[in-house]
Amino acid sequence: MFQLAMIISLILLSVSILVGLYRVMKGPSMPDRVIALDAIGINLIAMVAVISVTFRTSAYLEVILLMGIIAFIGTVAFSKYIERGIIIESKRDN
Amino acid sequence: MSPDVVIETIVAILLLIGTTLALLSAIGILRLPDVYTRSHAGTKSATLGVLCTLLGTFIFFAGMENFVSVRLILGILFVFLTAPVAGHLMCRAAYRSGVPMSNRSVQDELKDVILSDKEEQR
Repeated sequence: MFQLAMIISLILLSVSILVGLYRVMKGPSMPDRVIALDAIGINLIAMVAVISVTFRTSAYLEVILLMGIIAFIGTVAFSKYIERGIIIESKRDN
Repeated sequence: MSPDVVIETIVAILLLIGTTLALLSAIGILRLPDVYTRSHAGTKSATLGVLCTLLGTFIFFAGMENFVSVRLILGILFVFLTAPVAGHLMCRAAYRSGVPMSNRSVQDELKDVILSDKEEQR
């Protein structure tokens, strides 16, 4: 029964990742794609958590924290690029 | 009922709630008309869904194996703090780079504010 619930959760997460992938491919503007990629990253975090519960191993728990950090950094870099055209500003020399 | 079965039931319910919220946010991303409403769906309910899932994982490892994972608590806090910030930054970049709203929007108050700011800078 417990394994069945885990399998259902994994299927729901896979379907939501596929729907996000459709939005990444079709999205009319660039911010649409970045928002869909951010949602895919968050769904992947949940998927790693469900898989570690399914296998009863605590070896994958670092991956959750790391993927959260990396998804946030990627989204911030993309949004700065879309807003200003550069990611790391050079110092003003006066 | 033995305590293991109780813990397994709580964990299964939390995980199913979390993944259902993730699916609802994906349906919102698929069906809503413009980028702002899509980010409204994609940020809030996906964050709540991943919080429910990580809370279920934390309860599972704390109850079944007596393993209180500090990394999991840190992950919950970090996702809870950063996902709305990422959504806000992306919406701000979309507005400033001129992504249009949907046809059904009725009011745009930020436009006047940004225009008056630009006139003050001249």
